[in-house]
Amino acid sequence: MKNAVMAMLEENAQRFPDKIALADEFRQMSYREYLTAAVLVARAITPQLCAQAALRAGVPADGVDPQAVRCNPVGVLIDRNVLSVASFMGIAYTGNFYVPLDPELPAVRMSTILQELSPLLLIDARETPGPLPVPVDVPVLDVRTMFPVPGEISEENSGKAEESSAEDLEAFLQEARERRRMIVDTDPLYAVFTSGSTGVPKGVLVSHRSLFDLTDAFEEVFGFEEDTVFGNQAPFDYDGSSKDLYNALHCGGRVEIIPHRMFMLPAVLLEYLAVRSVNTIIWAVSAVRIVADFRALDAVKTSVPLCLRKVMFSGEVMPVKTINYWMQFFPDALYVNLYGPTEITCNCTYYTITRRFEPDEKFPIGRAFPNTRVFLLEKKESDNEEAGAGGVPAQSGNRVCGIIPDSLPDVRGEICVEGTCVALGYWNNPDRTAENFTAKPGASVTLNRIYRTGDLGYYNKEGELCFASREDNQIKHMSHRIELGEIEAALNAIDFIDVACCFYDHDRHKIVCVYQAGEDRRRQIATALVDRLPKYMRPNKYIRMEQMPLNAHVKIDRRLLRTMYEEGKLK
Amino acid sequence: MEENRQELMEILEETRPDIDFENETALIDKEMLDSFDIISIVSEINEAFDISINVNDLLPENFNSVDAILALIAKLQEE
Repeated sequence: MKNAVMAMLEENAQRFPDKIALADEFRQMSYREYLTAAVLVARAITPQLCAQAALRAGVPADGVDPQAVRCNPVGVLIDRNVLSVASFMGIAYTGNFYVPLDPELPAVRMSTILQELSPLLLIDARETPGPLPVPVDVPVLDVRTMFPVPGEISEENSGKAEESSAEDLEAFLQEARERRRMIVDTDPLYAVFTSGSTGVPKGVLVSHRSLFDLTDAFEEVFGFEEDTVFGNQAPFDYDGSSKDLYNALHCGGRVEIIPHRMFMLPAVLLEYLAVRSVNTIIWAVSAVRIVADFRALDAVKTSVPLCLRKVMFSGEVMPVKTINYWMQFFPDALYVNLYGPTEITCNCTYYTITRRFEPDEKFPIGRAFPNTRVFLLEKKESDNEEAGAGGVPAQSGNRVCGIIPDSLPDVRGEICVEGTCVALGYWNNPDRTAENFTAKPGASVTLNRIYRTGDLGYYNKEGELCFASREDNQIKHMSHRIELGEIEAALNAIDFIDVACCFYDHDRHKIVCVYQAGEDRRRQIATALVDRLPKYMRPNKYIRMEQMPLNAHVKIDRRLLRTMYEEGKLK
Repeated sequence: MEENRQELMEILEETRPDIDFENETALIDKEMLDSFDIISIVSEINEAFDISINVNDLLPENFNSVDAILALIAKLQEE
């Protein structure tokens, strides 16, 4: 019975122990080494987890049973390396869940996340561990002290892990297996943080079971072979990376972790893919685009042939011309448009491109994966404005009416998702969880839980689902999901500007910030944001106004600002 | 050359106002720019200087600093 994702790792380590499972720029790990590393990480952190849990509960450390310390967050300071992945699996073996944290996050955002999360401890998996971006009050353990890192078993072994004997390892593995059997598949496996409209990021909590669901669905629809080599582009703090890590575990393939800087250097990137024999890519749209935008496939001659079998993408709308370009060079590859937010475990719909599209067409998001139900909820104006429970005002005048049939083309509705893929909710945030993870309308008895994406979609004449737009202030910029509200919260915390608001210029791919201040503060604002927002969230254009236009409700007139911008009246 | 520098600085600062381009010498190595910054910077440089930066010119050593980018522009203008 598959109760936890590590069962797949154990199976592969038995079937082909010496097959390479993971590789980064500097080193690689076989399945046996991967499993051993995970088991040793679990072993190394268990006493610390118990000590921390005891401290919080106010009991003596020896009074805590390791088995009872479960379903707690454990952070990982990630890098583009195999050490990060081994840390994830090690944490999972303890029955707790991992939370990948980008050490490059601005200090304020990192503090906010750590405060929200309150992890029992952090594992440092960075290539060069150094000072942390913010002070933390929990133990930070260097992953290199936990297991012998491949290729780094050096003479001067100070502080490094020692090699255990074969008997010891067998015993440790046995112990880990026992702990793994205590997990049920609805336990959380990981949490990843995503932008929150109020300025506080939300941690989406995903269970083991949702990952099994993902890998089963991908296997059934796309069929990955044992010789699949996934070229991992998605950072580990994005759930897109789960598709590489867990599909590889499921099919017994290999993950090549591609250094981030290569996505700025398409010629270097293509050479790396070729040399590392990558044959499958599941990338953000922006990464697929850079290769096409520089026409890199014409100009670059790789030293060995690049053979791509599957090209899959998600994150934002893919321009048709980009895929038409790729198809000239890899006509036999499978091209798939994937859709879905983190809250439904990566993707809930797929569209396999089987014909040539014209540049003015757009790719549908297609149909639901097996064991997933995706439907459109019609929204209708309602005059029934009642207050929610506890005096919380009702969200808006919109009210759910019913499900739009796929035989009815061009009617817009909110994309909703039902099934095992639906996440457990937002960590430590019952209000937002209740808002977005709701009972299925009309389901009076079974109370099936659904996730409401906030994305608007419609069916085309073929009954295929298409993405239309967002109904709120969430945008996709460089394939990152961003709440404009979070940028505005950071801007409005800066004392030398009166007020600011943001919108997105979809044609020029720019986040535009309009601010009110007595003088030009562009550079100071940009500098102030460095500590508060990740670089992909920082505005690309700043416009100063003496006085912001206000609407009848005495709020900033966003619609007017936008119109002025589009008409070129804002400079 | 001084004119080129001024024009380049305008392009860079417009794209990424949060980076101190004058003093930075590891724009690519420290991953300060993203792929989309590169796309928009290159297309604007191509237009402004009437050159054509090829994908094979997209190497860290050509984009790590303002001086390196200026040298690349000068080289391509000569060709």
